Amino acid sequence: MAEEMTGAQSLIRSLEHAGVDVMFGIPGGAILPAYDPIYDSKIRHILVRHEQGAGHAATGYAQATGRVGTCIATSGPGATNLVTPIADAQMDSVPMVAITGQVPSSAIGTDAFQEADIRGITMPITKHNYLITKAIDIPRAIAQAYHIAASGRPGAVLVDVAKDALQERVNFQWPKDIDLPGYRDHSQPVSQSIKDAAALIAQSVRPVLYVGGGVIKANGHKELLALAELVGAPVVTTLMARGAFPDSHRLHVGMPGMHGTVAAVTSLQKADLLITLGARFDDRVTGKLSTFAPNAKVIHADIDPAEIGKNRHADVPVVGDVRLTMAQLLPALKAEFAKSQPDLTAWWKQVEGWRTTYPVGYDMPNDGSLSPQYVIERLGKISDPDTIYTAGVGQHQMWASQFISYEKPRTWLNSGGLGTMGYAVPAAMGAKVGAPNTAVWAIDGDGCFQMTNQELVTCAINNIPIKVALINNESLGMVRQWQTLFYNQRYSNTDLHSKRVPDFAKLAEAMGCVGLRCERPEDVDKTIEAAMAINDQPVVVDFNVFRDAMVWPMVAAGTSNDDIMIARELAPDWDSQEL
Amino acid sequence: MQTHILSVLVENQAGVLARVSSLFSRRGYNIEALSVGPTENAEISRITIAVNVEGHALDQVIQQLDKLVNVIDIIELPERTSHQVELILVRIGLKNGESDRKSVDAVLEKFGAHVVEATNSSVTIQQTASPAQTQMLLNELAQFGIMELTQSGVVAMGRSIQP
Repeated sequence: MAEEMTGAQSLIRSLEHAGVDVMFGIPGGAILPAYDPIYDSKIRHILVRHEQGAGHAATGYAQATGRVGTCIATSGPGATNLVTPIADAQMDSVPMVAITGQVPSSAIGTDAFQEADIRGITMPITKHNYLITKAIDIPRAIAQAYHIAASGRPGAVLVDVAKDALQERVNFQWPKDIDLPGYRDHSQPVSQSIKDAAALIAQSVRPVLYVGGGVIKANGHKELLALAELVGAPVVTTLMARGAFPDSHRLHVGMPGMHGTVAAVTSLQKADLLITLGARFDDRVTGKLSTFAPNAKVIHADIDPAEIGKNRHADVPVVGDVRLTMAQLLPALKAEFAKSQPDLTAWWKQVEGWRTTYPVGYDMPNDGSLSPQYVIERLGKISDPDTIYTAGVGQHQMWASQFISYEKPRTWLNSGGLGTMGYAVPAAMGAKVGAPNTAVWAIDGDGCFQMTNQELVTCAINNIPIKVALINNESLGMVRQWQTLFYNQRYSNTDLHSKRVPDFAKLAEAMGCVGLRCERPEDVDKTIEAAMAINDQPVVVDFNVFRDAMVWPMVAAGTSNDDIMIARELAPDWDSQEL
Repeated sequence: MQTHILSVLVENQAGVLARVSSLFSRRGYNIEALSVGPTENAEISRITIAVNVEGHALDQVIQQLDKLVNVIDIIELPERTSHQVELILVRIGLKNGESDRKSVDAVLEKFGAHVVEATNSSVTIQQTASPAQTQMLLNELAQFGIMELTQSGVVAMGRSIQP
């Protein structure tokens, strides 16, 4: 039965119907009518300190829970502050809905106070977006927005609502169905493509499972484990897929790409078949595309048909939900293997050689200072395996991917596609809200931390006890690494002078958190343990680390994966290997 | 490279044209010509796009367009199996007065184009024909000096009887 209410009440009622339990936001003039019914709603609203924090928190929540994350802001600057997290979510296929207020419809186009064409601005960085100027259109837009964000290849959807639409009175009616004539469901794979994929796998003697973030999005980790064990092939997990397959599993050979393991990068290069599962042949994985996996045929399973052949030709495209694809591939493959199963012994001998000769490692600094890799490695060892880690972007992100063993999906949250510095703290906040009983560590750099640390205030006030491991090398470390390697050690504008300015421990205390500092290797374990013992407040640990540490291995941007370096001017000794 | 004509059916909603053109711009696809108009269904508009891409890139254009939620259908219309028509208005100068006019009329007769306005110093010509024919007409008219030209962009429809 239709119930009369304001557009604002209809908006909040619609969000409740869509299953929203929490949203992150900041009120302002144009969205103000919607904040009045929020006051009465069962939806938890978390008042952040900057809209960018709201957006990344929504993403962190979505990544940790698999549900759609929600953020809300006012028109103009409120909305434009959401642009970065919206682009970030869209690039990493994270289901997220952003609600923004807009100036009254009569004022749209007049350069009114706090007017910005956020629908136009976000058109290229959303899966879809809406501008709503009539109250009657609100429930349909919200129903569609959540459906579009969550289904198919997930993504970001923005709903911009004019203030007069929020104030207008209307009869509320939740739509019975989602009428989107141009929105196609590609989740069911075509059975012939499954057969073709199985046939190709049954012929391959050097296969690799190239696993991307899509497997986590599709909740396909169980099917992946079964498929990997059936094929018996090496598994590589991309930066977005860390945790989709247990790192400790004998078939896992590491992360591919620019800072991947020698075994992962090289097995892709030498493979005769890539079994690509929810991955998109990103340049950070392929290196110079024309030299990537030159002898491999490609099976490409993805729910987005536009990804097939976008960067690399697919010999067997399988458009569909990757979990369904793997589930259907299992019996098809068993039937093929019943006829004949290739012997991968020789292939594994090679892969094992790369794996044992070139494990990811690091040198301890010889001046007695703290190794950033050691700090991160110890954090991973001491923490519970359920712990959720978020990271910013840069050296600390790569080390966090390399030196923590991820055993479960949704335990590693980072900004892979857009590479958004400042992601870690707000994403950790969102993850902790979504998984309140799980420990959440933000592994952050001092550069990233200074972009979004204000959300620690939000955490302190709203009882969201995240922990931050600040890998403080007093610089924009990854940029500095490139300056070391490619710009003759001319450190232009990468020195942050942040050993004591700001004093991160004091800053943490000022924001209502516990601030700790660690400067010596012998203090690492006990400092981590001290941080882990605090569960009623956010904690920030300022780890003062060796600033010249570098991320290795490395495939320099634009070069071939064949030119992977394991240290400065040091390539693997291929001649000693049987290749 | 060959020009391909894509007939894109879209929901008749504000902002749809911006979504389509924004997609072309951000993915680096070049639009040669574009025309938009209503269809027999008031809720659906048709965007006809001429793009100069081949094979793999054409497939990408279609796949990326198909991802736009407001895009209902995309049909590639090859020249052989479709009617392709564009409208041009072209104004040419008559430097040599009457004698030029006679030559112009001869050209127009050959192409079936007609005059919509004539003065002592210029003739304004309209033609509705296939893009290839309008291009040939323009090539012949170039000798007189083209003062002003406007082209509609191609519109197209599949043939009811396929050859």
